Amino acid sequence: MHIYLPIAEMSVNMFTLLAMGAAVGFISGMFGVGGGFLMTPLLIFLGIPPAIAVATQASQITASSVTGALGYWRRKALDFKLGGVLVAGGFVGTLLGVWFFNVMSRLGQLEFVIVVSYVTLFGIIGSLMLAESLKTIWATRRGAVPHSRRSGEHPWYLGLPWKMRFHRSKLYGSVIPIVTLAMLIGFAGAVLGIGGGFILVPALIYLFRIPAAVVVGTSLFQILFTMMAATLLHAATNQSVDVVLAMLLIIGGVMGAQFGARAGQNLRGESFRLLLAILVLGVGIRFAIDLVVTPQEPFSLVTVGARP
Amino acid sequence: MSRLPLAAAALAGLLVSLAPAAAETLILSLSTHRVAITSTYTGSSIVVFGAIERDERTVARAAPYDIVVTVRGPRRTTIVREKERVGPLWLNTSQRRFVDLPTYLAVLSSRPIDEIAGGAFLSRYRLGLDMQITTPGMEHLTSEEPFREALLRLKNDQRLFAEEPRGVTFLTPSIFRAPITLPAVAPTGNYDVEVALFVDGALLSRQTTNFEVVKTGFEQATVTLAHDHAIFYGLGVATMAVLFGWLATIIFRRD
Repeated sequence: MHIYLPIAEMSVNMFTLLAMGAAVGFISGMFGVGGGFLMTPLLIFLGIPPAIAVATQASQITASSVTGALGYWRRKALDFKLGGVLVAGGFVGTLLGVWFFNVMSRLGQLEFVIVVSYVTLFGIIGSLMLAESLKTIWATRRGAVPHSRRSGEHPWYLGLPWKMRFHRSKLYGSVIPIVTLAMLIGFAGAVLGIGGGFILVPALIYLFRIPAAVVVGTSLFQILFTMMAATLLHAATNQSVDVVLAMLLIIGGVMGAQFGARAGQNLRGESFRLLLAILVLGVGIRFAIDLVVTPQEPFSLVTVGARP
Repeated sequence: MSRLPLAAAALAGLLVSLAPAAAETLILSLSTHRVAITSTYTGSSIVVFGAIERDERTVARAAPYDIVVTVRGPRRTTIVREKERVGPLWLNTSQRRFVDLPTYLAVLSSRPIDEIAGGAFLSRYRLGLDMQITTPGMEHLTSEEPFREALLRLKNDQRLFAEEPRGVTFLTPSIFRAPITLPAVAPTGNYDVEVALFVDGALLSRQTTNFEVVKTGFEQATVTLAHDHAIFYGLGVATMAVLFGWLATIIFRRD
C-alpha cells in the first residue's frame, strides 16, 4: 500500500518504510544507539532526497532518544549537570550544522558533502572502533586483563580553563573539551542526520573517563535535545521535514527498538562492540563505493525553483 | 460601362467562395480539469477527448487527419550535472541549466511525428519532445548534446517525459482520444494541453486546454503549514516525536 509524502512529493510503499524503521529500530535497541547512521543512508538509497532524509531523520532520533533517556532517568543513571553542558555545546553545533547544510544545499553540493562526510567520519571512527574492539578481544583471549588507567592521571585537555565539577560522573576538569566535543557531534548530527551516540559514548568513556553507569543515559539526554533542536531548525529554515515520513519511521522504529533491546541483553560486551564497529565501517565503505566506483549513470538532475 | 460593377461583384463573389475558410474546428474535452493529490496518490491518468467538426460546405479531405497532443507541466529551472573522474573520486564537475523548462512533457500523436510532418515543419511548429527542450535557433549546439540527451533519459526514467507515437487513437474518423499518464512525482501546478490538427503535413487548427494538479486536504495543509508557519510546524513535529517516544515507554512498560 502506497502513501504520499507531501513534502518529499513522492509516493512510497508504507510497509517497506515501516519494515525498514523496525529493522533499524531493532539494531538501535540492541546496541543502544540512535540508528540514524543506518536509517539516513537507507532512506537516501531508497530514493528519498538527501535533504529530506537528513531533516526528517532528526525527528525519528528524537523519538527513540526519549524512550531511552526516560528509561535511564528512571534508574537514576543520568548526570543532568553534564548533560546540560553537553546540550549547550550541542545546540551551538546544531545551529552551525543547519547553517552549513543550507549553504551547501543552495550551492547544489549537499549530496556530495553528505557522501564525503559519511565516508570520512565513519571510515575513521569505524576503523578506530574496530581496532579497539579487536585489541580487547585479543587481549582477553590471551588472558591479559584489559589495562585500565590509573585515576591519578589527568589528560592535558582537562587542565584547560573554566573547570567544573560533575559529581555523578566523577569528573573534574575544563568544560572546553566537553563543549567542543558536543559542538562537533551536534554539527555532524545536523548535516548527516545522525544522533552521534556511537561517537559520544566511547569519547566520554575514553577521553573523560565517565563511568559506564551514567554515560549512556547522559549521552541520550544530549542527543534528545540536539536532535529536537535540529528538527526545529531544519523545519524552520529549509522546510525539509516531512511529517508523514517522520511518523512512519518513528512508529516502525520504537516497535523495533523494544524487540532489539530484549535481544541485546544476551550480547557480550566485546562482540557487541565488534559488531557495532563493523556496522559503522560498513556504512562508510558503502558510501565510499559510490565515490570511487565508475557510476552507471554519470549524469544527475535537480529541479530548482519556487514551490507553490 | 454599366456592366463593370456587376462583373466586379461577380468576381468578388467567386473569389470569396474559393477562399479557404476555417474548415475544421477542434473541440476538446478533458476527463478532469483537476487532479487532487490525496494520501494514497500514486499518479494519475487524464484523457483528452476531441472532435473534429468540419464545415459541410467545404470539400472533403482526401488524406486522414493527424493529431499531435503536447502536454506541458509547470516550468522550473532544471540543472543537469555530469560526474567526471578527478583523481580517485567521481565528482560533479560540469553542469547545464535549462531555464524555464517544463517539469512534465508528453507528446502523443496519431502517427510518428516524422510521418506527420517533415523536418522543417517539426521545427516551425515545435513538434516532438526534442523541440520542447531546445531553445529556438540553438538546435545545433553540439556541446549541449550530451546534456540534452541526459535530460531526456533521466526524465524518461522518472516517467516525466514521454513520447507516444501512437498515443492518440481515433474512435471514428473525426473523434479521437489520448490518455495522459502522470507519475506521482509530477509536480503540482498548471498543465497546458495543446492539440494540433494536421492533414497532409499542413496545420489546420490548434486548440489548448489545461488542468491542474493540486494537493488537497491533509497534504495541502501540511505543505502550507511547513512553508508559511515553519516554526510551528517544526515545534509540532518535534512535540509529536517526543510524545511518541514517551508513549512507547508506557506501552512497553512490561520490563
